[in-house]
Amino acid sequence: MALVKKTLLDPVIRNNPIAIQVLGICSALAVTSRLDTTLIMCLAVIFVTSFSNVSISMIRSHIPSSVRIIVEMTIIASLVIIADQLIRAYFFDVSKQLSVYVGLIITNCIIMGRAEAFALQNPPWPSLLDGFGNGLGYSVILIAVAVVRELFGQGKLLGVSIIPLDTEGGWYTANGVLLLPASAFFLIGGLIWIIRTVHKDLVEEA
Amino acid sequence: MASDSKSKILLVTLAVCAVCAVLVSVAAVGLKPRQEVNQRLEKLRNILDAGGLLRAGADVPEIYNRRIEADFIRLADGASMPENGIPEGVTPETFDFRRLAANPETGRTIEPKNDLAGLRRIPEFMPVYSVRDAAGKLSKVILPVAGKGLWSTMFGFLALDADFRTIRGFTFYEHGETPGLGGEIDNPRWQEKWQGKLAFSEDGQVMIEVLRGSVEAGDPLAPYRVDGISGATKTTQGVQGLVRFWLGGNGYGPFLDRAAEEGLNGAR
Repeated sequence: MALVKKTLLDPVIRNNPIAIQVLGICSALAVTSRLDTTLIMCLAVIFVTSFSNVSISMIRSHIPSSVRIIVEMTIIASLVIIADQLIRAYFFDVSKQLSVYVGLIITNCIIMGRAEAFALQNPPWPSLLDGFGNGLGYSVILIAVAVVRELFGQGKLLGVSIIPLDTEGGWYTANGVLLLPASAFFLIGGLIWIIRTVHKDLVEEA
Repeated sequence: MASDSKSKILLVTLAVCAVCAVLVSVAAVGLKPRQEVNQRLEKLRNILDAGGLLRAGADVPEIYNRRIEADFIRLADGASMPENGIPEGVTPETFDFRRLAANPETGRTIEPKNDLAGLRRIPEFMPVYSVRDAAGKLSKVILPVAGKGLWSTMFGFLALDADFRTIRGFTFYEHGETPGLGGEIDNPRWQEKWQGKLAFSEDGQVMIEVLRGSVEAGDPLAPYRVDGISGATKTTQGVQGLVRFWLGGNGYGPFLDRAAEEGLNGAR
């Protein structure tokens, strides 16, 4: 049970793929201007990390090491295509906004990184937890960034008005910078700072 | 790690490929009907959007059925198509540009020198969608348009005022241009720039032009000019080409002439 908790929860904070390992930054910038697109993107990433880890772990003793990477990529790419097809069928509006970024999950370093670092050495059950946990860790950061960007950039959450904007008779002047991709950099930077301040042991010796 | 004999490598890679191929095909084929429903709805939504009829949270098919009158016209002379000239199963809502253009019975080849939109082949007939105001007077006519951008064929709708000269709306529902660059043709702020622009000069010449950069203040041709999108020169040139093609003699030109002559009922 302790192992389950550790494998699953470690990647959420203590070994977060974005904040600590600084992987998968590009999609974190691109899809976080609104919470609804972010949520769908997170589900897609959790789906892909979990299943790629499980399937790679299941055949880990049969994968020849010389073609290891290409076999992993085939599995990951197939899962991403399936996720993309599902989003196009069931979340059409969101899929238009996500456009190429779902396809780009294939190149998301988190997935490849976990396959190489974890799934190749561990049995399927811990691999599933590790994949799910890393997807969750990615999602936590993305959702935090998206909440700030949509709330203070547009005064809304999931498209519902929360802070009345001055353009619609309210008091809040929307912060347009937050709608630009660069703002996600500042927010992620801030999160990394906070996590490292709380968990002092993560700070490398200078 | 497993032994790396050649036969083992081949076996494992082939097996992985086979399993992945089956999974991907099942997902693609199984989800296709749902995706097609979405695409059809997206097309109707774009027709309404071009015509300025789209409201947030609206029931798209309901508004479409209530406000839009669709009709097929023959491009060659702009006349309404007789019922029997249209292949079975083809409706204005499910109109498939690519298939009808490719079919030798329903499409034709455009001479390269006239092919401003880079399409090579177009259908002989096209649907036009008209919008009437409360008094039953024609207020807008919405024309499906298509043309090559940088990477892909772009499909959209161009709405003209009842004067058949002023642009009232422009949307795209399908294209494969680079997101963030050419893909900005989807940006409502750019599409708004088309509103109120004049497509034709007083004497009926197609004048509309997409600039590189912005329209300068005081430009005498400003009513005919639209700002380009930076980083998307090829795509916006494609948009200019397709608008000029479809409003010209090989496109809706004959239909628009006929509609203007026959007065406001021309589109019917």
